[in-house]
Amino acid sequence: MTKNPSKLKGAQILLECLHREKVKVIFGYPGGSVLDVYNALYESNLQHILVRHEQAAVHAADGYARVTGDVGVCLVTSGPGATNTVTGLATAYMDSIPIVVFTGQVPTMLIGNDAFQEADIVGISRPCTKHNYLVKSVAELPRIIKEAFYIARSGRPGPVLVDLPKDIIGAEIDFEYPEKIDMRSYKPTYKGNRRQIVRAVEEITKAKKPVIYAGGGVVLSNASHELGLFARQFQIPVTTTLMGMGCYPGTDQLSLGMLGMHGTYRANMAVSSCDLLIAVGARFDDRVTGDLNTFAAGATVIHIDIDPTSISKNIKVSIPIVGDCREILKDMIEVAGEKKIKKNDRKAWFYTIADWRNKHSIEYQMDAVIKPQYVIEKLYELTSGKAIITTEVGQNQMWAAQYYIFDEPRKFLTSGGLGTMGYGFPAAIGAQVAHPKATVIDIAGDGSIQMNIQELATAVQYGLPVKIAILNNMCLGMVRQWQQLFYKKRYSHSTFQRHPDFVKLAEAYGAVGLRAEKPGEVESVIKKALAVKDRPVIMDFVVDPEECVYPMVPAGAPISNMILL
Amino acid sequence: MRHTISVMVDNRPGVLSRIAGLFSGRGFNIESLSVNETLDPTMSQMTIVTRGDDRILEQITKQLNKLIDIIKVVDYESSGSDFIERELALIKVNVDEHKRSEVLSIIDIFRCKVVDVSRTHYTVEVTGDENKIQAIIDLFRPLGIKELVRSGKAAMLREHKIKA
Ligand SMILES: Cc1ncc(C[n+]2csc(CCOP(=O)(O)OP(=O)(O)O)c2C)c(N)n1
Ligand SMILES: [Mg+2]
Repeated sequence: MTKNPSKLKGAQILLECLHREKVKVIFGYPGGSVLDVYNALYESNLQHILVRHEQAAVHAADGYARVTGDVGVCLVTSGPGATNTVTGLATAYMDSIPIVVFTGQVPTMLIGNDAFQEADIVGISRPCTKHNYLVKSVAELPRIIKEAFYIARSGRPGPVLVDLPKDIIGAEIDFEYPEKIDMRSYKPTYKGNRRQIVRAVEEITKAKKPVIYAGGGVVLSNASHELGLFARQFQIPVTTTLMGMGCYPGTDQLSLGMLGMHGTYRANMAVSSCDLLIAVGARFDDRVTGDLNTFAAGATVIHIDIDPTSISKNIKVSIPIVGDCREILKDMIEVAGEKKIKKNDRKAWFYTIADWRNKHSIEYQMDAVIKPQYVIEKLYELTSGKAIITTEVGQNQMWAAQYYIFDEPRKFLTSGGLGTMGYGFPAAIGAQVAHPKATVIDIAGDGSIQMNIQELATAVQYGLPVKIAILNNMCLGMVRQWQQLFYKKRYSHSTFQRHPDFVKLAEAYGAVGLRAEKPGEVESVIKKALAVKDRPVIMDFVVDPEECVYPMVPAGAPISNMILL
Repeated sequence: MRHTISVMVDNRPGVLSRIAGLFSGRGFNIESLSVNETLDPTMSQMTIVTRGDDRILEQITKQLNKLIDIIKVVDYESSGSDFIERELALIKVNVDEHKRSEVLSIIDIFRCKVVDVSRTHYTVEVTGDENKIQAIIDLFRPLGIKELVRSGKAAMLREHKIKA
């Protein structure tokens, strides 16, 4: 307990708790029920970013959390402010991102009365948060905030919502911040079972055709270094999920690239033919596995994950190991000791993989019009692969994953689980706030960008030089692609007849607007954009509207069953 | 297969709706449910009867364990131990002149209690396992059941038997 308790109001307690949790910035939007908190913020040195829509506040906090590994924080008002956070919460929940969202609520005595701007946000957000709280007395506020941060960042991370009735924010008590957390009902497992680890190492030394399938859990547990040591010690090729991008260097020899619906040929073939699959921090999502019966059908499966519900949910696992990826990989390396596999011992397996690679690499054909893939290749080249990339959802997202290669984790921010259009731009704002000097690029679609375009005003106000690269195909490209391939080219409501002039739109907001209409203009547009350091930039790339993402595995088909270019 | 699951939870508002939400959101079904405070008033004990194959039951118990407010989950069937299950029913049965003696003899055989009496109906209280309660209902039905209320299940592991 702290030594000198002093009387504080709920609002001040909130800010004091944020300070103790080392929160540096919050993303928010004021309103009636949180005016007391905003009043306290007036004289606080906590940085507050005023967004233009609460959904964006949550995505920005989420982006901040993904690049830093710290908990992202939001503050919004009751009712519509609270309900506007739902998509952001669901996005963070599906991708296991640690954020804490504080929502205002009507005074305790009015709860349940259909009061002005009342919404049962605790009820609404229950299925899309890791946990949530309605604070019922100011005395429990410090403990709840402490628990909220702890729950958000520990175990399998996730969003936590804390609902703050107006009278509680206004009430006074002696403030004491609990130093310890004591929750009898929540105790995540970090250490893996030793016997399982020994068994896993035995299997690994026996395997002839092993593959590591690494997911977002590796990023979340900061296990990239250990994964690298482990893969090299046993010479095991690594494929990553969309969420795992960068957790193993994409340019490394052992990298197979991404697997799944739009995965590389060699990754999907390798997983389909391996004799041992080591899943690390991945959850066998349907976009990864396709048909479950044929997924890694001939393989022994080792599954390392902190969340027991992920294990044996979709496919049967021979050796489950519950715990933190990093701890477990460390233990596996320790158990293996001197045992290791030489590159030469895997000659046959590597030869097969090289052959797959040579047969079908990720490719596209140049043309007189700009190919979207070309734009991303150029972005990669001109940023030396060092930018923080966020994406929207659709073809833009898949091309970003295929053509921008990540050698480090926490550089690729995308809504993998929920597939939220409108995520990329606010997430980029969050990332830019965390790393003001970094190059942050939102690879966007012309549809998605319009779902949170209002945040241009936020980025301009705070001088955030986020770059938006719109792959403007005048359509909901991914929807169009499915209609082309699976609905007899019946393009029902997937093409836009009209768009705003994105260049003028940028200018209207006080941002920079640039456009490229021919392949020859791409490079100079990117260079101009990269040179801007004090405000956001929209790059409007007019791209081929008919381009499709390949390879593609039809939903539910075996992943070896790829439609190739 | 049918499973009886015991769930120990923190006695806090909203816990029941978290559990109900988990079952409905993930397409699991609840056949019966009973909730009450334990000896320790900070905890509640729930007994949930559900149905599913091994894979579903594994998911149900894991998902329950994952909820923050949940302290302990035991699937009695999968635990392999013996357990006692009881439920309670209140049955309002018709006792017209010529039916009264038959009702009374059923009550006697099954050792149930009459807890309320009117000129036309007896309200009978029965406790027992599901089979017993079903049997009484089946016997009363032809005589005319006016109203029936059944509780959820309460279940408990047996102590190890003393060996003879
Ligand atoms: C909020 C939301 N609404 C609808 C969808 C369904 N959806 C998935 S991709 C897509 C098309 C996106 O179009 P655009 O942003 O232009 O990207 P493109 O595929 O053309 O690169 C749509 C509508 C979604 N993922 N998210
Ligand atoms: Mg588009």
